[in-house]
Amino acid sequence: MKRRDVLLAAAAIFAFWQITAMIVSMPILPTPLTVLAVFFNELQNGLFTHFAVSLWRVTAGMLLSVLVAAPAGLVIGGSKRLNRIFSPVIYLLYPIPKVVFVPVVILFLGIGDTSKIIIMFLILFFQIVVLVRDQASGIAPQLLQSLQSLGAGRKALFRFVYLPASLPAILTALRQSIGTAVAVLYITELSATKYGLGYYIYYRGSTLLDYPSMYAGVMAMSLLGLGMYFSVDWLERKWCKWKFVN
Amino acid sequence: MISIQSLTFQYANHLPLFQNFNWNISRSETWAILGPSGCGKTTLLYLLAGLKFPTSGKVTIHGEKILRPRPHSGLILQDYGLLPWATVRENVALGVNVRQFYGADGKHTPDNFIPKDNIESWIQRLGLSEVADKFPGQLSGGQRQRTAIARTLALEPDLLLMDEPFSSLDAITREDLQNLTHSLCAEQNITLVIVTHAIEEAAVLGKKILLLDMPPNQKTNVFENPNAGRDGYQNSSEFQNLCKDLRHEMQKRSTP
Repeated sequence: MKRRDVLLAAAAIFAFWQITAMIVSMPILPTPLTVLAVFFNELQNGLFTHFAVSLWRVTAGMLLSVLVAAPAGLVIGGSKRLNRIFSPVIYLLYPIPKVVFVPVVILFLGIGDTSKIIIMFLILFFQIVVLVRDQASGIAPQLLQSLQSLGAGRKALFRFVYLPASLPAILTALRQSIGTAVAVLYITELSATKYGLGYYIYYRGSTLLDYPSMYAGVMAMSLLGLGMYFSVDWLERKWCKWKFVN
Repeated sequence: MISIQSLTFQYANHLPLFQNFNWNISRSETWAILGPSGCGKTTLLYLLAGLKFPTSGKVTIHGEKILRPRPHSGLILQDYGLLPWATVRENVALGVNVRQFYGADGKHTPDNFIPKDNIESWIQRLGLSEVADKFPGQLSGGQRQRTAIARTLALEPDLLLMDEPFSSLDAITREDLQNLTHSLCAEQNITLVIVTHAIEEAAVLGKKILLLDMPPNQKTNVFENPNAGRDGYQNSSEFQNLCKDLRHEMQKRSTP
């Protein structure tokens, strides 16, 4: 994704928003210029803190998911026996909408950050584990045999083949998870907290009916997702250079 | 050096590929395994590499029964087995890195393993200096095969096993790499076993040629070819006659 393309897309969205706001002409849909002014003003009045808290929660949730799901996917995908045992378990649990567990998780883990991070982990874990497992189980046997002939046992195969081969899948899973993670973040921040963009958006929009501030929060959430997309792209260019050569 | 005794091997629900099969290879010999498709050439190579195991009978190298890939054997596969995410330099260093990963445990790495800084010299020797920082996807078939050879030879093997290594290369590159393989095996005193479906390649590389039958293989059919590797041998009538004989024998064996 090129920066120029993102700027062009942002300009197109702002133009559409501006025209729609002018046609609707109601307080519930302020113009982007009004929202931008409020956004920069609000940054110094607490919005940045909400942004930072949300960034910490979503990053922690995603990191935890990758740290647990990627090795699990590698181990399951690297062994036909484990794949046979765990795949049915994954397929049974994957479709369950984990958001329904929000009250249960809060009851178990309290109202702090831990419960919010764990809910994100529950949702992202399955997306990542399935993608990484598929990548690991699809590695060409010739590649593994070639490494085995060099003396590689199971540990070395994981270090030299399974892990690097699955890195693009891990990053793809991360990229696919960003949208879900941000959506889940909003839901988890609706209750039992006074910090975070989810809380900010809900409080400004539904309680104070301060729509320009609410949209400023939405804009911050969009920037949060965009920043994460760029970060994953950057990591991919750094760690998977071979994918970008001619 | 290599001894195959009373080997029987079969895949589940298939006829045996080998039945009570015996074969011996002495140190520094160069062998080509030739035979029709499905005769078990690659399986035999994998048995020598310790990647497959006999249903009955045994494979020994230097008197030791093969129970896993042997640290002193090198295997080069048809598709080169290079890591697509590693540069040429990293691929050449791969075997050494795997050994360093385990240390001298006698199982994955020889007991007497001492890491040597020989990667750059093998890169130079195989003419890969200019592409050392490129990825396999950026290389020609010949360069990829040279990388695979450098990676294997950097481990200083005493046995080199090759599975149709030059089949996808153009004639000039193939000839160049065949000569290189000959000279490197002679120079490093390496025993060579190469699997090929090409009669001419078997006659160019193998001082001894093992011709396999349609399964089950029970007899060891060996063709002596002592002049393989000699300058100008490919233009000799001896070479042409051997190829003719091999072709005739293969046709005979391929006919049900």
